[in-house]
Amino acid sequence: MANPIKCSLCGKPATVHLTQIINNKIHKVDLCEDCAKAKGVTDPSGFSLADLLLKGALNPETITEGEGHGAELVCPNCGFTQQDFKKVGRFGCPKCYEAFRPMLVPMLGSMHKGVAHSGKVPQRALDRRSIYERLTKLEMELDLAIKTERYEDAARFRDEIRQIKQTPGA
Amino acid sequence: MKFAKSNKPQGRDPDTEARLAALLESVEDAGESILGAGPIVLMTRVRLARNLSRFPFTGWAKEAQRSDILAECTSAVRALPQMKKGIAFTMEELSDHEKQLLVERHLISRELSASKAGSGVVISRDCTCSIMVNEEDHLRMQVIKPGFQLKRVWKTMNAVDSALEESLDYAFDTELGYLTACPTNLGTGLRASAMMHLPALVITGQMDKIVRALNQLGLVVRGLHGEGTDASGSIFQISNQTTLGESEAAIIDRLHNVLTTVFRQEMNAREKLLEAEPVKLFDKIGRAYGLLQNARLVTSAEALNLLSLLRLGVDLGGFPAALRLVTNRLIILSQPAHIQHATDAEADPAQRDILRAELLRKALADFPRPEFTHSGPPPAAE
Repeated sequence: MANPIKCSLCGKPATVHLTQIINNKIHKVDLCEDCAKAKGVTDPSGFSLADLLLKGALNPETITEGEGHGAELVCPNCGFTQQDFKKVGRFGCPKCYEAFRPMLVPMLGSMHKGVAHSGKVPQRALDRRSIYERLTKLEMELDLAIKTERYEDAARFRDEIRQIKQTPGA
Repeated sequence: MKFAKSNKPQGRDPDTEARLAALLESVEDAGESILGAGPIVLMTRVRLARNLSRFPFTGWAKEAQRSDILAECTSAVRALPQMKKGIAFTMEELSDHEKQLLVERHLISRELSASKAGSGVVISRDCTCSIMVNEEDHLRMQVIKPGFQLKRVWKTMNAVDSALEESLDYAFDTELGYLTACPTNLGTGLRASAMMHLPALVITGQMDKIVRALNQLGLVVRGLHGEGTDASGSIFQISNQTTLGESEAAIIDRLHNVLTTVFRQEMNAREKLLEAEPVKLFDKIGRAYGLLQNARLVTSAEALNLLSLLRLGVDLGGFPAALRLVTNRLIILSQPAHIQHATDAEADPAQRDILRAELLRKALADFPRPEFTHSGPPPAAE
């Protein structure tokens, strides 16, 4: 062949050609054997092209489109950066989803059927979380009330805390 | 690649081997408990990805955090009623060979088997439920059942997940759903799949067309061992690609409908093959039978191809239906780590080919010769 197709990652002659259709959009990638192996393309149990595209290595433009105009996003909770995401295609912690939301939303549209969750909700965990948040807030208010000698308020907060702690599941 | 039996991790619990043996024995008739007793759909699987809200995802967690995650998840999982008498392993206590055995039984993923310190798995006694800790997500849980029972498998998986949620705080966002390390699993974290045996669609050259159609429907098709169609024993895993924007029930329903169509397509292709070229088809099956009963060197890929044809022979009525379970068992036992497991010596691939041929010859010595008198349509759908 005069002009062999080159590997999208390293430029060596490509022997693996992939096409996947995700939400009616065609994604094509050509890879050499080494890169195909390294990216797990030959591992049937865990490969998806969306995954590969998302790492940005093959298609950096699609990811930069959604970025907040040059400013690199960093997760305040775990220190994970946008660069880290481009490298591994995975996030650092659950809070990253808040930190990276600006770049995430356009990406999700091409990856999934929709951009909003519809389905199961871990109701018990959410209840526990809201109880925990309410308790923390009441305890802070109780402390403040005692410090500022508002004893009637303090008694009310104490009763409320006691009541919450007695409800099953708290 | 050798699956050395001797590289057992130093100072491991002496009980490890006994637990592994109990697990493998409990599915001694592996043919029945893992792969379906009917034609076409070998097994159904549903997996969920979940993470604890308080910790970084596995890949970004420090070693100490990984071991905290492992401890918290393992103790919650072991307390599940579904995991009564379940068996737990950390990846550190298993040798490469033992991990590969679990991979071949579909009980752990390749990714888990290659993971760093602080990963583990809890497997239910009947091997239908396995919960991996610190794979890509903190929790990767799966329910696997033989045959086509997508809805039932989802129901079991859902119950396990709800029970775990009683004691674990999952990372969840009301808009994005269950939060996962990779955004491709976001939302439901659900991947449902069926492993289908589609030899007639492969023989008649329709598989490419079907794969394209399935891709357009947002489904992914993978081979059992690599992407080459015929080298895979005509066994394909079909699963959903997207996890966000559709409820679990909708994903399961959609997949169920598509798989039912694929099932019918395979049945039609078989019927057409039987009408148009019965001799060619029976010849393929007869040759596979001859090779399996006489060959002295069989690679795992060849074994899978030949056993696939033998299974088709059972489906077409050429062998007694009860023998489908024999083919199932051999599909599992002829895999590399299983061959290594059955022998004391350390075998390299060439030696394993000899041992595999021996296993197949012995197991099929009493298998009756194929008799194709049947000229009507193949057996009806489940």
